[in-house]
Order: sequence, then C-alpha cells, then structure tokens
Amino acid sequence: MTWTEYFVVIIVVLIFIVVFQIAKASEYVSVLKGEKKAFEQNNRINAFLMLVFLVLGLGAAWWCNNLLYDKTLLGFPSASEHGKDIDKMMWITLALTGFVFVVTQVLLFWFAYRYQASEKRKVYYFPHNNKLELIWTVVPAIALTVLVSFGLYYWYRITGDAPKDAMEVEITGHQFGWEYRYPGKDSVLGRQNFKLVDAAKSNPLGQDWSDVANRDDLHPSELHLVKGKPVRLIIRSQDVIHDVGLAHFRLKMDAVPGTPTTLWFTPQYTTEEMKKITKNENFVYEISCDQMCGSGHYSMKGTIVVETQEEFNKWIASQKPQYDAAHPNVAEAKPAADSATSAAPAQQ
Amino acid sequence: MSNEAVIQHGTVSHEVHEHHEGHHHETFISKYVFSQDHKMIAKQFLITGMVWAVIGGLMSVLFRIQLGYPDAHLPWLEDIFGHWAKDGKIQPEFYYALGTMHGTILVFFVLTAGLSGTFANLLIPFQVGARDMASPFMNMLSYWFFVLASIVMLASLFIQTGPASGGWTVYPPLSALGDASQGSKLGMDLWLISMALFVVSQLLGGLNYVSTILNMRTKGMTMTRLPLTVWAILFTAILGILSFPVLFSGFILLLFDRHLGTSFYLSDIVLSGKILPNEGGSPILYQHLFWFLGHPEVYIIILPTMGLVSEVMSINARKPIFGYMAMIASMFAIALLAFLVWAHHMFVTGMNPFLGSVFVLLTLLIAVPSAIKVFNWLTTLWKGNIRFNPGMLFCIGFVSMFISGGLTGIFLGNSTLDIHLHDTYFVIAHFHIVMGVSAFMGMFAGIYHWFPKMYGRYMNNTLGYIHFWVTLVCAYVIFWPMHYEGFAGMPRRYYDYSNWESFKQFVELNKVISFAAILSFLVQLMFIFNFIYSIFKGRRVTSKNPWGATTLEWTTPIRPGHGNWPGEIPEVHRWAYDYGKDGMDFIDQTTPVGKDESKH
Repeated sequence: MTWTEYFVVIIVVLIFIVVFQIAKASEYVSVLKGEKKAFEQNNRINAFLMLVFLVLGLGAAWWCNNLLYDKTLLGFPSASEHGKDIDKMMWITLALTGFVFVVTQVLLFWFAYRYQASEKRKVYYFPHNNKLELIWTVVPAIALTVLVSFGLYYWYRITGDAPKDAMEVEITGHQFGWEYRYPGKDSVLGRQNFKLVDAAKSNPLGQDWSDVANRDDLHPSELHLVKGKPVRLIIRSQDVIHDVGLAHFRLKMDAVPGTPTTLWFTPQYTTEEMKKITKNENFVYEISCDQMCGSGHYSMKGTIVVETQEEFNKWIASQKPQYDAAHPNVAEAKPAADSATSAAPAQQ
Repeated sequence: MSNEAVIQHGTVSHEVHEHHEGHHHETFISKYVFSQDHKMIAKQFLITGMVWAVIGGLMSVLFRIQLGYPDAHLPWLEDIFGHWAKDGKIQPEFYYALGTMHGTILVFFVLTAGLSGTFANLLIPFQVGARDMASPFMNMLSYWFFVLASIVMLASLFIQTGPASGGWTVYPPLSALGDASQGSKLGMDLWLISMALFVVSQLLGGLNYVSTILNMRTKGMTMTRLPLTVWAILFTAILGILSFPVLFSGFILLLFDRHLGTSFYLSDIVLSGKILPNEGGSPILYQHLFWFLGHPEVYIIILPTMGLVSEVMSINARKPIFGYMAMIASMFAIALLAFLVWAHHMFVTGMNPFLGSVFVLLTLLIAVPSAIKVFNWLTTLWKGNIRFNPGMLFCIGFVSMFISGGLTGIFLGNSTLDIHLHDTYFVIAHFHIVMGVSAFMGMFAGIYHWFPKMYGRYMNNTLGYIHFWVTLVCAYVIFWPMHYEGFAGMPRRYYDYSNWESFKQFVELNKVISFAAILSFLVQLMFIFNFIYSIFKGRRVTSKNPWGATTLEWTTPIRPGHGNWPGEIPEVHRWAYDYGKDGMDFIDQTTPVGKDESKH
C-alpha cells in the first residue's frame, strides 16, 4: 500500500472515532438534560431534515436530469420504426409514474414533517375508511388498465409477423462474438446443423453443403442493413445464451442454443444520418450482448452499418459466398460462380 | 390491567415450574450454540446474516471500484487477492464472481435467511403469545442447515477456480458447462449444493412458522387480531414453502446436466470448437423453474419488511395502522399474484408474445395492492404524532424507496418497455431500490425497534440518525442516476464500458456512484459497530414497554427467559392497533374492552 492509501484509511478511522465519541457524548447529554428534552430536540431536528431532504431531493433530481438527459437515448429519435412505439410508451409511463412519484413523495415527507410529535396535538383515531380505500383501489386499477392497453397494443405490433418483403439475416452468437449470414441471391438461408460446425474447414456456422441453398449464402464480418427496409433477424447461439442488444433501435432478443428466435424491425436512419442527429462523429450502431455469457461478456460487440439501398447493393456484391472458402478447389474450378451476386439477395 | 392478568394466572405456578425444569441444565452449548429457544435462534440468524451482509457488501465495493475506476491499478488489491487482481486490477473472471456472489449472498443469505429467520423467530412466538415455536428442534435444524449452506458457499470462495460467476440466476448452459467459464467448474457445484442445503433450511423454518401461527395463538388471539408483522411472515412462509421446492428441482436437474450427461437444459452446443452430444433440452426450461421461485422470492424479501414497517410506523405515529384489513388483503393479493408473474423476467427469451401479454397483465396488477399499501402508510402518518427514533426514520425511508422502486416496476413489467430496458442498468436501479434498499430499511427499522427486546438495551440513537440519513442519501445517489444509464441501453454485468461508443459517456458518473457506494458501506459498518457495542454497553431498558406498544412481546419481562412469560400466557382481548383511541395513548392487547369504549 502507498502512503496516500494509509492516509485515507487513517482518516476514515479517525472520522469514525470522532463520530462515535460524539454519539456517546450525546447520550450523556440527554441524561443530563432529561430524556424528554433530548427527545424533543432530536425529533425537531429529524422532522426538519425530512423537509430538507424533500426539497433538496426534488432539486437534485431536476439537476441530475439536466446533467444526464443528453447522455441517454431519450433526446434522440429511435433508429427503428418499432422504437418510436416504445418511446411513446415510455413517455406515457414516465408522465404517469412521474406524477404519482412527486405526489406520494411530497405527501410522505410533508406528513412526516407536519405531524412530528407535539404535546398539543391529539392524534386522530382513524383506523379505516372504506370509501377512501375503494378510491385508491379503483384509481390505480384504471391507470394500470390504460398502461396495459397501450402496452399490449404496441407489444403486438412489435412482435407481430414481419412484412413479406423483409430481408432475412441470420445472426449467431458465440463466446465472445457475432457471426452474420445473408441468404444470397436465392433469398433462402441454407440448412444448418451444429454437428457440422468446423472452423478449420471454414464452416463456423455448420452449414450443410448438400443443401444447394447454402451455396450462395454470404458470411460477412459486419451487419449491413438498408434504411427503410424491414429486416428479420434469425437469432441463434452456438454455446451459451447471448442477447442481441440493439440500444439505438430500442430492441433486444435472446440468442438461445437449440431454439432460434426472431426479431424484425425497420431501420430509420443511416449511420451517416445518425452521426448528424447525435452530433457525434464517431457514432456507430453497436450490438451489445445483453445476457451474461462468461468472462468476455463485456467485450462481445457487433457493428451494424445502416445505409441506402445503392450502398448496400455495392457492399453485398463485394462479398464472397462461404461455400467458396469451404471448397477452395471447387471455387477455382468455377470462377464464374459468383458473377451473379451483384443482384441483392433480398430483392424480389 | 395486563399485570393483573399475569398475577391472577400466576397462581397456576406448578405449570411454570415444570416448564423451567425441562431446561434446567443449560450449558453454554445448549444456550448459545445448539439453542432451541426462538429468541436465541433469531439472534443467531441475525448475526450470521450480518456477517454475510458485510461480505456481500464488501464484494459490491470491490466491483464498484472496477466500474468507477476501470483504468486504476491498485497494488493493495493484488496483495490481498493475488492473481484475481493481477497488476492491481480486478480481473474479469473475478469481477463476475464478485457480482454473482454479491447477488446470491444478499438475496438468499441476508434478505431471506437473515431477515425472515430473525424476525419470524423473534416475533411469531412473542406476538401470537406462545412459549416457543411449534417445533423448536426443527427450528434449530433450520438454522444449522443455513450454517451448513453458508460454510459450503464460503468454501467456494477459496477454491482454485473460484466461486460461481454466471450471475446469481446461474442460467445454463453457461452454468452447466465447466468449459464455458471458470466459475462453472467446482465453484458451481458448491453453489448448487449450498443452495440445496439452503432450501432445506427454508422449508424447515417455513413449515414451523406456518404451524406456529395457525396453531399456537394464545387465548383470544384470533387471526384478525394478529399484528401485521405476523400476517406478513405467514404469507412469506407460505410463498417459500410453495416455491422453494421448484427451485430445488431446477437445481437438481442442473446438477444432472453437469455430471450425469442428461440434456434437460442443453441442446445444439458447440463450445470453443467442441461439438457436444446433448440434444433436445431447453435452457428456457431452467428459467421457468428458476423464476417460479425467483419472482416469489422478491416478495419473500419484501413482505416481512412490509409487516415490520406497518408495525413500527403505527407505534411511532401513535396512531392505528390505516386499513388493517386492506393491508392483509393486499398482502394476500401480492402473495397470490407472486406466483403468476414469473415470466416477466423472460419477455425477451423468444417466448410466445401471447403468453407474454398475459404476464404483462398479471404483473401490472400487482401495482394495485402495492399502491393500496403505500396510500395506507401515508394515511397512517396523516394527523399522527410522530416520534422520530431510528426505527421510525427507516420506516419513512422504506416507504420512499418502495414508492421509487415500485413505480419503475411499471416500466419493466410492461413488455413493450422491457424490450428496451431489459438487462440494462434500469433493472439494477429498479430491483436494488425496491427490494434491496427497501428491504434493508425495513430490516433496520425492525432491528432498532426490537433491539431492546433482544438484548434489554437500546442502540445508540445518534449513530442511528447518522446511519439513516447517510444511507438514504447514498441510496438515491447510487441508484437514481442508474435509471439514466438504463435509458441509454447500458447493459448490466459489464466489466468495462470504455470501449463502447454507446455507453462510455457514463465513466464520470460511475465514479460518483462508486464513491457513494463506498461511503454507504462504511456507514453500514458503523451500524454494525453500534449493534455490537450496544449489546454490551448500550443504555439499559428500564421499563417493560419502552415504546408504548400494544403487542404481547412487551408484556414479557425485560429479559425474558426460555418460555417468554414467567406466569401464564396473557389472554388477548383486542386488535394490536389501539393507539390514540378515546384519548388514550395506547391500550394494549391484553386489556379487556371496556363497556363505554367506542367501536372502530
């Protein structure tokens, strides 16, 4: 340990001793002054602190909001169509709970201050009141019905079937990274089986090469999406549970080994547009793993590029099918195999 | 009046003598170690829980150091933890082990065993008017199974591969495959064995609590005259009895998957290039089994504190608890709904959206009984005559925290919002406020309030005031800003955020949070110092009923012996909340109802 660290420890211990001595002394003082007087004094101080805490607390909440609001996603439009629904739901819930929060906390601390012990007051014997209790059963019930209704309306919109023209991309999680697979020009993802996984033979996703649909499947290192075009993610995991976390799109979905899951959405802004919206030159859509998956969990990052259809077409044309990598001899024999990849896979 | 009753019945003294003879040869071992006295077992649970709380709290301080200062190299960390903190920097595997054990310890060992174990044991016989639990021997076993569980869990901290590190929920396949993580090796087996022992302890305790409450109430103590503490503990015990066995079965299946080659939770797995033979299992099955306990578990934690707070608040507001029947009904509703909402932890597992919507409805329903409770507490304070002793301060802190954390539950219970907020810091903020800090505040209220009954002395008030105010402020400073991190989608359980363009803006904030966390930990140490110091040197209690309370435990001697009442157990004539009635400060439960007394 360094000297500063010793110093900190000594200071903490000293503060502790001082506080303790004061606390002990205050007990003797209360004996001298009389228990009653000491009690009254402590009661006044604590009641006053209730009021102070209420005022400073609400002020601090306001201050904290000003400080942190811009660092959240609240101030920026959602990057997906679904996210807009989620944001609306968020504001409805925030308004309602915010109102209840302020009212109940003010009442709590105000009552604590206002009804501090006083010899003059006779307490009001008020064991129950059916009317009041009925009111505060029914009113929250109505408020929650509203929230449930909105919530489920949006929930079904988000989890409903993807549009027919959605492009399909497979995303597979493993410790600790993401793999992406595009269906190629036939728009069909080929069969795959975990028993066929063999990274040494360039088949990290266990594609079944006997299925012809697999021959044009692409395996790029980044996820590219098209602005305004719905995308349906087929989410898989190879080892433990992961989660495709898409903070800017306000979405996430677990990747479960053995059980593929799906998620669809429509990107609203290209990466370039988002840089302007967030006024951040380095802005990038990140995929974060949102389900604890081992010691590298925090580094399990993927990148999404959202671009226009033309940019996307150009990019996808530059990708080579994984089949070629897995069959180097065949690919050499038929160099014309990927001449047709210029057609974007999802164009129908 | 109450004394009269005792004296009257005191003539039947042979019964008392008989009772005392049974415990004549009390040795140190039988009195302090293998005790069957509910009061001693309560103290054992409390002190063991405190030891765990310090360990678990210290763990959170360590991982907050990493989160607040991800670039710092602190050589003293390496001095203490060796290769776990290589170059004075907490390693990822260590970080995850700390987080996992912090969760496990605080949820199960402190806020379940430490909390229910303490107050159920202390208060049930005292408040229902019984000499001890229905089965003191089972009660003792319950504690010693907890000790066994503790020893196994503690041992897992010292093995070479380290303790479990897959999060306190230990989701398979991560927890099932030793090759997936260091913590999923021997540490995970010890974790599962410890938890199995823990479940046994909970069941022994729970069965005892329920049978004592139902069968051993004193004459006149009808169910609707029971203090709310006892009601709360009754619901808690029932929840535990019904849900812990399900968790147990889930853990047994996990052990099978780990060692017997079964595939309950495993399918289609390729782990670092190795293809595993398992097929047909589902990791989601485990989540259903886990959360079938896991959700009632949060109510197992919060319900007893709701009872403690209702009781302590009413006593110190010198006013009856408002809506006694509504309080019981709302606890019943919460206990019932607790079993019907578990899948709200699983909205993003790919679950059928229709099933999800059912769980949304049932989850948000819980807000109704919770709201009733909050309004009833507020009304209890209204026009009261409030004494701010430390117990009462923590009651107010509890309600404040419960409001804050309860309202954010409305966000997370709504599946639409959960898609965005799930597994972010918003969740951390939510559950720490509503069942971590709240439950601790309720527990502190209980400890300060019943300390005189446990030890015949008071705790130091001034230290109590400091403890409360620093804890309250720190709790908000720690958890309030985390909601904003959640709004940014910042994921939980990350070792380091500095490489993330989307989340690195919170580095400064994390320093502030870590500082507050360390400060609040130090203040808890001060509380523990106050607790231990006061056992030996605290101000002595000079009257039987120092708080002017109505319940039966304050009719026992200041330091009650085994059997609680030296004479016969007093008879009960009224409910527990006659404060401020007909101009009287309070009328205790043993006082017969007078002819002219007004009805409520």
